[in-house]
Amino acid sequence: MSRRKRGKSRDVTNPTVADEPALVSIRTPAPVLEPGHTFGSVTDKISSIVLTRQTSRGWIVGFAISFTLMMAFLYATAYLLARGIGIWGTTIPVGWAFPIVNFVWWIGIGHAGTLISAVLLLLHQEWRTSINRFAEAMTLFAVSCAGLFPLLHMGRPWVFYWMIPYPNTMDLWPNFRSPLVWDVFAVSTYFTVSILFWYMGLIPDLATLRDRTRNRFAQVVYGMMAFGWRGSAAHWQRYEVAYLLLAGLATPLVVSVHSIVGMDFATGIVPGWHTTFSPPFFVAGAIFSGFAMVMTLMIPLRSIYGLQDFVTMRHLDNMAKVILATGSMMFYGYASELFFAYYSGNQYERYVTLNRVLGPYGWSYWGLIACNVVFPQLFWSRRMRQSIPVLFMVSVIVNVGMWLERFIIVVISLHRDFLPSAWRNYHPTIWDYTHLVGSIGLFFTLLFLFVRLLPVISIFELRSLVHETDEEA
Amino acid sequence: MTDFLNSTDRLDMPAGETVEVRPLDWEMLHRRLIDADDPPIWRSLEELSESPEFFDSLHREFPRQASEWTDPTSRRQFLKLMGASLGLAGLGISGCIRQPEEKIVPYVRQPEDMVPGKPKYYATCTTLGGFATGVLVESHLGRPTKIEGNPDHPASLGATDAFAQASILSLYDPDRSQTVMHSGRISTWGEFLTAMTAQMVDRRRENGSGLAILTETITSPTLANQLQSLRRDLAEAQWFQYEPISRDNVRAGARLAFGEDVTTVYNFEKADIILSLDAEFLVGMPGSLRYCRDFIDRRRVAETSASSAESANKMNRLYAVESMPGLTGAQADHRLPMRAGDVELFTRILAKELGAVPSSQALDLPSEVSRDWLDAVVDDLQTHATRSLVIAGEGQPAIVHALVHVMNRQLKNVGQTVEYLAPVEAEPVDQLQSLTTLVDQMRSGRVQTLIVLGGNPIYNTPGELKFAEAYEQVKFRVHLSHEFDETSFASDWHIPKAHELECWSDARAFDGTTTIQQPQIAPLYEGRSDHELLSVMAGHPEQLAYQTVQHYWKTRLGADDFERTWRKAVHDGIVAGTRSEPRSPEWKFADQTRPDVGTDSKSSSPLGITWEITFGPDPTIWDGRFANNGWLQELPKPITKLTWDNAALISPRTAHRLSINNHDVLEVERNGRSISVPAWIVPGQPDDSIAISFGYGRSRSGRIGTGAGVNAFALRAAESAWFESGVDVRQTGRKYPLSVTQNHHSMEGRDLVQVGTIAQFQQNPEFISHDRRHPEEQSTLYPKAATAENAWGMAIDQTACVGCNACVVACQAENNIPIVGKEQVRIGREMHWLRIDRYYRGGLESPDTCFQPVMCVHCENAPCELVCPVAATVHSHEGLNQMVYNRCVGTRYCSNNCPYKVRRFNFLDDTGEMGYDGDHAPTLSLMRNPDVTVRSRGVMEKCTYCIQRINTAKIEAQMQNRPVKDGEIVTACQQVCPARAITFGNLNDRRSDVAKVKTSPLNYSLLAELNALPRTTHLARIRNPHPMLAGPATNDTPSLEPFPPIDRVKFGAEETGRVSLQSNGHVEAPTRFGGSAGVSSSQIQNAIAHGNSDRLEGS
Repeated sequence: MSRRKRGKSRDVTNPTVADEPALVSIRTPAPVLEPGHTFGSVTDKISSIVLTRQTSRGWIVGFAISFTLMMAFLYATAYLLARGIGIWGTTIPVGWAFPIVNFVWWIGIGHAGTLISAVLLLLHQEWRTSINRFAEAMTLFAVSCAGLFPLLHMGRPWVFYWMIPYPNTMDLWPNFRSPLVWDVFAVSTYFTVSILFWYMGLIPDLATLRDRTRNRFAQVVYGMMAFGWRGSAAHWQRYEVAYLLLAGLATPLVVSVHSIVGMDFATGIVPGWHTTFSPPFFVAGAIFSGFAMVMTLMIPLRSIYGLQDFVTMRHLDNMAKVILATGSMMFYGYASELFFAYYSGNQYERYVTLNRVLGPYGWSYWGLIACNVVFPQLFWSRRMRQSIPVLFMVSVIVNVGMWLERFIIVVISLHRDFLPSAWRNYHPTIWDYTHLVGSIGLFFTLLFLFVRLLPVISIFELRSLVHETDEEA
Repeated sequence: MTDFLNSTDRLDMPAGETVEVRPLDWEMLHRRLIDADDPPIWRSLEELSESPEFFDSLHREFPRQASEWTDPTSRRQFLKLMGASLGLAGLGISGCIRQPEEKIVPYVRQPEDMVPGKPKYYATCTTLGGFATGVLVESHLGRPTKIEGNPDHPASLGATDAFAQASILSLYDPDRSQTVMHSGRISTWGEFLTAMTAQMVDRRRENGSGLAILTETITSPTLANQLQSLRRDLAEAQWFQYEPISRDNVRAGARLAFGEDVTTVYNFEKADIILSLDAEFLVGMPGSLRYCRDFIDRRRVAETSASSAESANKMNRLYAVESMPGLTGAQADHRLPMRAGDVELFTRILAKELGAVPSSQALDLPSEVSRDWLDAVVDDLQTHATRSLVIAGEGQPAIVHALVHVMNRQLKNVGQTVEYLAPVEAEPVDQLQSLTTLVDQMRSGRVQTLIVLGGNPIYNTPGELKFAEAYEQVKFRVHLSHEFDETSFASDWHIPKAHELECWSDARAFDGTTTIQQPQIAPLYEGRSDHELLSVMAGHPEQLAYQTVQHYWKTRLGADDFERTWRKAVHDGIVAGTRSEPRSPEWKFADQTRPDVGTDSKSSSPLGITWEITFGPDPTIWDGRFANNGWLQELPKPITKLTWDNAALISPRTAHRLSINNHDVLEVERNGRSISVPAWIVPGQPDDSIAISFGYGRSRSGRIGTGAGVNAFALRAAESAWFESGVDVRQTGRKYPLSVTQNHHSMEGRDLVQVGTIAQFQQNPEFISHDRRHPEEQSTLYPKAATAENAWGMAIDQTACVGCNACVVACQAENNIPIVGKEQVRIGREMHWLRIDRYYRGGLESPDTCFQPVMCVHCENAPCELVCPVAATVHSHEGLNQMVYNRCVGTRYCSNNCPYKVRRFNFLDDTGEMGYDGDHAPTLSLMRNPDVTVRSRGVMEKCTYCIQRINTAKIEAQMQNRPVKDGEIVTACQQVCPARAITFGNLNDRRSDVAKVKTSPLNYSLLAELNALPRTTHLARIRNPHPMLAGPATNDTPSLEPFPPIDRVKFGAEETGRVSLQSNGHVEAPTRFGGSAGVSSSQIQNAIAHGNSDRLEGS
């Protein structure tokens, strides 16, 4: 009701009674690009971050912290390879623990990029333009982090390639029935397409940077990376076609990757894993966490680099709505889990569900409900969606909540399954935490480098928005 | 390397001769060294000039020492050591001889029966507490690798216990003592001979006065003969005996009843009603393997539907009174937890009720016993006279044993279920008396020379006796032992003892049957046997144990045709006709009713509770002799599932009242001696009673045993009682992490272990729901595997399984399963392929204990196979779920997806990190079964149904162009099981044992509803309760969760149903339990109502 009223009050541009509903109010609020920008100002502003701005002290400190954490990750990994995965708390029956939790979590985070880039591109959601580059980069880095965990968590990581179907003299193939093999395909395809899509989008901007930099070295590097882009009409024509095609290719991957990660669990007979609704549930969760992560990163970034004109409140508002929508799907998922556990009549399903809620790890379930269900409800309020601190806080909370969710699915389901004699609690070790925190360090290290070396916002796409917003004005 | 050479050189120094350094020789040596064409090898001039051994060694090279070459032993030794020195010079391994030297070189002409890769089996025996179990040792090219029971031996019948299984690891134990030690320094056998001979000269001069020998229980006829002849020779010499897990009470009970020593053996196959008074006859007792077989055979009545009706009458019934939860109580139809001190009173009452003892004295029943219980027992025993059996435990005082003898006579069981034989022990004495006398004599300085043959008295004698102090008084102390242990440390001389598998000897079984113990391998560490040491004392240092043993048997068996009888005895593992002759002892028992029974002095602890402490041998490391055996240390104790530690076992109610949690450290004090020991809550432990097992708290053992657990011997009183009243127990507020392999003890309302009574079975043999027995095969996406000639399958009879753990160790030995250490067990990474799950049914006070062995069940629709990304676990056409270690990349998905959680993962290279693998301890690689791969880090492993044995049999069959016969393949767990609970074979062969067993209506699939179609199925547990005494009504025990504080889930797990309702009513009545504590207030109130109110005060 209030929403409708609010829509009405702001409805000044369109007096038609028939068009009165809220639809209009979505189109009109804060613009996707603050007015007053020209082609030149957009280019200057964004390329200056890379080309002319001094490396700020903040960047150095942030990078140093991230790099230190990344080194901790490397140290832990070296120790892991030397001694074996027993350094983690992983045990029997909890054969998968933090590494897989981290894997699923990072993969989820890596969802927003492609969704924003490809799906919203195909849907002509032009507000995506300011955030897609950044979101794609985030995707790549998150998928990189994610990809490390399944490798590291193997007992013998040095033979990881046995999971890939390559011709060999032994005539041995992977087991195509195993969802872990699907995972290999899904994640590697997703990573490949994401990197292509991201790089392709970068080419015109790389050419811009090549043209604008005064540093010979940068000219050479950017020039090589730009693949001789001259901006001719033929280039643009091919570019647009290829970009659309890639977008079309990437779109199903958004659904497939996390569906398959969901199937890793759904295929198992472990109570708490063995549910058909896992794949869509995982996808919704991934979008949820991906958008939350974009928000978590975008909010500080736009204020540090003064990008409020390009990443406007409209963007944040839209992302908050997506979070609210997917958060509600998550809530639906949690509720249906409870219901189906009861309705199935299966004692193991019932036990595992009750164990999640009331068991030794009950705190994580209630934490999850608070993080993923309760806090996003704030976004029903427009005022909250406009408040930067609230947006930032909730997005961080959602990220924590999604990590908890994966923890609940992976660890709590495993620690008490069919035979009570095998039940055992899981206790993470210092190395589990090091790898979790270290992977965050790795992620931020890459992100800091990206922000420093490449345009965080797509210059040429934003320039097209300048034209459109000018027209509107 | 020098020690090595020295030991050779010293080996056969003439007795009494000491090394003299003669200056003349020095010059001669120079001359020789200079003149020699081929200069001898030496290391440095300093050593040459200073070391007396060097002179000695040089002397040996001269022709005048030609004795070296005429004596076959020393020539052998010499060649061996020279060869070994050269061979091992670069390896830096000293003191390690890999295998019998004659096999280092390939055969020029191979013996006819010798096929490389094909093991050979030799009969011998292992002993525990002096009593033998006949075994067959599997030997691969001279390396013993596995021990099996000897089917012809009466104490084995083909089975062994966990100790015998693990003794193969003790043989190769890298921490075994490897050299002679003199006052803490490495020495040589030669030096010892010198010292010992000099000592014996002194003792001989005094006709043996001041010479004492301390042994453990001895049944070996040869050893006894040696000792006796030594005593004949030296009239004043003394022989003392002490075994920490002593049978003093048994012997004293027999003397009380008969005035003479007799050995009692039981015929369980004839017993319909058995009453155990704190007797653990299923494990540890001499003959327990045999008893277990006979006892279980009388319970295996409902296996096949055909014979059910008439066989049901024959099922025996066991009543067990227990002072600490044990295997016998777990198997009992009616178990009664009772404080050990009350058993005597109970026995007196029972004897009176049975009319065995005339007594007018009115005796009140102990508070634990209800009148109904007593009536039921008395009724059953009386109606089954001549077919009943009463048996008392070693921990109970002599009077109880005497009363038991009287009751058995009263019930006319003698000659039927009870048999008396001439004593099996060589010289039955009251060992505590013997030890006390020794300590007194040592203290008064009357013992100058003490030879300790085996045993570890400094550690395992009662703390109050202060053996160590007295030992100091002895001038010349020699200790022969496997380890350099506490006693070795306190001795002047320590001689490494040869393992049972390394030396000739003999030993007698529980019924006297004698086995010649033959060595399987030359002593790995220059160990000497008891016989050799005694020969030294007798003045024949050159006499080999082989000669001693053979010489003795020549006198026993007669010289005619000796060679043939001897070979047959050695080959068979039994000397024919050596069973002890039956005795019909006279009855001398007079009623010795003491008025003070049941009112023994009870002092109170500050909490107002009279604590009782009960001691017992440890179920896995016995009296500490197996402390350094990693397999046994890591073996979960049958009831508690503890590993690597002992604990103070207390009952849930006591724990609840005093707010004691698991892992809390308690201080237990008695007469100023105290120990701090972590608490462990065990349902079925009598209230206000603490049970502690011996064997832990070793201060000088190897890398495995040192420091594990708490030494309960320290607390033991000088009278060496097995239980005592009036100890103080205090909480220290500290915690000590214990490692258990099973944290959860309730079935959570799931019908995992199907239990029924024989009455139920007779009424409706099909009482297990059809779904469980024959799970409908649901359709799957994947095609069904084609059927092959063989379909391997297994059935495990839960009525028969007594939970003795022998199969767990057998599996470990057969399949090269590593140990992982206490810390890793604590976080759940134990590697046992076969585990025995233990669940409780019924109330917390005296629950019914069920054992469920679970190993890979080889599902036909195996969930693990589906999810392995690299197809490292695949199905064979014969139905095996195979694990390809080389292909495994270690994703652990298979383990997650395994509903039975039987897969084990090599998380770390644990044995390597513990320094307990072939790299760090070369002997351990000799122990491995060459037919089984040793798995590396990062690889999943699990039960294979002993595929190496399957393939051996298949190859054999193929060569003879015939199908594999039933019974030809015996898995390691099946082979060792004394109760024959495990059946294995070809399911496609309808006449195979396993196929027949699987037709039983008791056969069911664990977790059948998952459609995994396990090839291993379980047979329901059938019990035979007295109709007058209601069995436990519930199918489950409330979980003990409140005690480990981390687990707090509580909810009615049984709302989900899955109750099998059959025509005869509930098999598994649904349980609903709630509340926040494991012991509900109603249970405590019930307890009060049952008359335990005095115990409950002061909470």
